[in-house]
Amino acid sequence: MNLDFLDDVKRMNKRQLVYQVLNFGMIVLSALMIWKGLMVVTGSESPIVVVLSGSMEPAFHRGDLLFLTNYNQDPIRVGEIVVFKVDGRDIPIVHRVLKLHERDDGSVKFLTKGDNNAVDDRGLYAPGQLWLEKKDVVGRARGFVPYVGIVTILMNDYPKFKYAVLACLGIFVLIHRE
Amino acid sequence: MPDYSTTRERLDLGFVFFDLQADLTPLFNWNVKQLFLYLTAEYQTDKNQLNQVVLWDKIIQRGESAVLDYKSMSSKYYFWDDGNGLRGNKNITLMLSWNIIPNSGMLPLLSADGSHRFEFPVNYTNGRI
Repeated sequence: MNLDFLDDVKRMNKRQLVYQVLNFGMIVLSALMIWKGLMVVTGSESPIVVVLSGSMEPAFHRGDLLFLTNYNQDPIRVGEIVVFKVDGRDIPIVHRVLKLHERDDGSVKFLTKGDNNAVDDRGLYAPGQLWLEKKDVVGRARGFVPYVGIVTILMNDYPKFKYAVLACLGIFVLIHRE
Repeated sequence: MPDYSTTRERLDLGFVFFDLQADLTPLFNWNVKQLFLYLTAEYQTDKNQLNQVVLWDKIIQRGESAVLDYKSMSSKYYFWDDGNGLRGNKNITLMLSWNIIPNSGMLPLLSADGSHRFEFPVNYTNGRI
């Protein structure tokens, strides 16, 4: 009876399993570190955003990916595409600066509007808020890639798809021998 | 004039009519999806060191004609000041700028050479001058 041989195999598989899990952990942590590094380099809390609505068509469509920077030395100017968050809401909005008033001390207030919208964004701001300020800005759009962000939108709208992708990734990592 | 879209203070409202001729065809290349053009009025007031107000904008897609010839065009957006700094303001500068939207890549913002300076009259008025 060759059961001893089977015990060997079982032990080897357990060690390899732990090894694979550690490898996977390293990949995840490296990705996180790269993301944090990007946050530092660009100065933005969210250096890559996905366009969620059609309010900037035909320039940007739902699913486009935007690369942002948020340097303090770069003053905000009219015509720039800014990504901002309204106080109390999590959704970032990507629109263009329409009006701007800046004081001697450097404080700025500005108004935005989506290219594809007929009216400016006052209706989107918090109740009683008439202008946006520097602190509301997540970043300025500097570059973009079309379509690539559709995956994120799909994963948000169809959670089953997200679980399926994660499950496939998990199985792949565990089976793959390196 | 009271501005009903903000705080109902009396703010200055400017009316501007402009002529614009431009040929932007050299700006288009294989990676340019569209141009976003905008006409800015930039000026200084006692209250604010820098004011920029977009008066008019236009989107030109690749394939459309990039030659513009407008006469006596009125502004698309209201020219509200944040206060009363327009009356008698001696230096309002109009600048034409554009944002190049590529098929993918960087999004530069550029301005035309030259600009036009004008003054607002010293009195408020109800009609056209």
